[in-house]
Amino acid sequence: MNVLSFDPVAAVLIIPIGSAALLAILPGYRLTARLNVVASLATFLSSLSLFVIARPPPGPYVLVDDLNIVFIVLNTFVGFTTSIFSASYIAHELETGRLTPVYLRFYHAMYQTMMFGMNLAFVSNNIGLMWVAVEIATLTTVLMVGIYRSHAALEAAWKYFILGSVGIAFALFGTILVYMAARPVVGEGQDGMIWTLLIRHAANFDPALLNVAFIFLLLGYGTKVGLAPLHAWLPDAHAEGPTPISAVLSGLLLNVALYALLRFKILLAANPAAIAPGPLMVTMGLVSLVFAAFMLYRRRDIKRLFAYSSIEHMGIIVFAFGMGGPLANFAGLLHMVMHSLTKSAIFYAVGHISQIKGTQRISGIRGLTVTHPALGWCLVTGVVAIAGVPPLGIFMSEFLVVSSTFARQPLLAIVLVFGLLLAFGALTLRLTSVAFGEPRGSTKSAEASYVPMFAHLSLVLIAGIYLPAPLVTWFQHVARLLG
Amino acid sequence: MQMHSLSFDVSHTLAGGLVLISFMMLYQDRLYSLLNVFALHALVLALSVAWQAFVQDAPHLYITATIALVFKAIIIPVALHRIVKQLGIHRDIESAVGIGPTMLAGMALVALSMVLMLRVTAEADPLAREDLAFALSVVLLGLLVMVTRRNAVSQVVGFMSLENGLVLAATGAKGMPLVVEISVAFSILIAFIVIGIFLFRIRERFDSVDVSALDDYRGERR
Repeated sequence: MNVLSFDPVAAVLIIPIGSAALLAILPGYRLTARLNVVASLATFLSSLSLFVIARPPPGPYVLVDDLNIVFIVLNTFVGFTTSIFSASYIAHELETGRLTPVYLRFYHAMYQTMMFGMNLAFVSNNIGLMWVAVEIATLTTVLMVGIYRSHAALEAAWKYFILGSVGIAFALFGTILVYMAARPVVGEGQDGMIWTLLIRHAANFDPALLNVAFIFLLLGYGTKVGLAPLHAWLPDAHAEGPTPISAVLSGLLLNVALYALLRFKILLAANPAAIAPGPLMVTMGLVSLVFAAFMLYRRRDIKRLFAYSSIEHMGIIVFAFGMGGPLANFAGLLHMVMHSLTKSAIFYAVGHISQIKGTQRISGIRGLTVTHPALGWCLVTGVVAIAGVPPLGIFMSEFLVVSSTFARQPLLAIVLVFGLLLAFGALTLRLTSVAFGEPRGSTKSAEASYVPMFAHLSLVLIAGIYLPAPLVTWFQHVARLLG
Repeated sequence: MQMHSLSFDVSHTLAGGLVLISFMMLYQDRLYSLLNVFALHALVLALSVAWQAFVQDAPHLYITATIALVFKAIIIPVALHRIVKQLGIHRDIESAVGIGPTMLAGMALVALSMVLMLRVTAEADPLAREDLAFALSVVLLGLLVMVTRRNAVSQVVGFMSLENGLVLAATGAKGMPLVVEISVAFSILIAFIVIGIFLFRIRERFDSVDVSALDDYRGERR
């Protein structure tokens, strides 16, 4: 192969891991924060080039297809905007002394390592490698959740670590079982773990073994997706870590686990004798949605509030993919993209707000639109979007989920709508107290980075009004792939 | 035929021994003895993996066996011993659940994994299926240790025994790739995350590794 030829797959892996090594040794906040942004931008641009440059044929380790390109581009885009937000957020944390320069170096290195892990999970064609990559991404976030070393941060990191390890264990056991099922058909060794080979021969696998494998994979990766009742780590991890990490956790890491789950769902669907994965995912999705919607009412901490909202939305997405069929899959995919963009924008706003007010308590934040109009209205737009109000993008994807469900399973749709309305009520209730009314708390001016917020929210708005035809065709194609 | 049944019996005995040692972990009420039992667990795992390497003629598995022996049976228990001693927490383990119910739950879990795995793997070769059933038992018992203990050190021990079950399953699946890589990754994970960072931080802040001390504080009620 020509040395000068540009390989986008290698780029999305080498840029993050290379810059992680560099960031670990370089001193100085300004330099490293900028390098972090530049590296994330370079990764994003290389991921975009996946659209134009011819894809490599599926090898033993790497696979690029229409499904994972969507995930990679979304991942690197949000990774890039979060690095911009992170630069201004972390500057403030350094000023207030919550982070020391040594920890900051560690933070940036971990940030890029996490991006590497997530990209690797998306491009891997080997289910063992995918498992390893998901674990790298998870473990780096465990370290970052605990980075403030406060009482609460340690508890959150420990809980995340313990529940995450259980997820790790179950997912690996499921992966081993898939290999066991594949071995008699595909053959021993490497081949038994290559996804493209597995899917080709899936119809001949032992269905009973595949069923058990899927249960373990659903529990294992489902823990990472944050599905109830395995979600206990999620609110703590979101609330106690640095806010940029909350943004990537909600916006990206949950998607990584979801992607792993989807790959195995396709595998199971290719075997006619195995159980249908749909009903299991539908049940877990609905339980997560309704449970999280109820939990939204009792939240006193603003980051926790939006963490539960993430559980709710992951529930909707898993529900949509569980329903299956071109329309529901399309809706699920769209909802996933919209949720990532909106939720990370909300966390950007919340991060600056809680820095200004010096608290994450909802009761300590009032009248934001009066004191900080730009931040306040960004938050209002974000929350209105996440609650599913037209004409923003989430309304459209939720509408598609609901209407496709009504056409096929009206009873399930009623539960779905109930959960959505419940969450809508809780979010509006909290939003009015935070955004409007008599200002409370510090009113000092914000040194916020508005670009990432505006970029995300305008994308969500545009998607709600007009989806470009090529994008629709692409998503429809992927939706058919998902079965 | 004779050779086959011998290889079957030996791996069966070793895997069964792991399940038995997992049960012994359930009722240890002192940290030192828990660590000793864990060292035994890792030793038996090393023997079992080495036997699989011999039977399957897969020399790379000897690496996994060596890691299990050196790292998990010697270095980690010794290091944890020292940590426990330094922190002065070698008194009784505070279990969240009594020994009786824990043992009953352990038996139920083993029965469950036997019924489940033996039923679904009816077509697989007998060596692999028994191995898998034992491995699932070890995984579930490790999970039980983790949920019934409140002390950070014993939770880590539970996690490591759970991981031993996974290594058993991975080596039992004949010809599975990446086994060595996975066991190395797990060892690094344990070494760095658990000992290096968490225990250090927890001790630094509270002079205690009792996780229940962490439970007192919830972000919701501040």
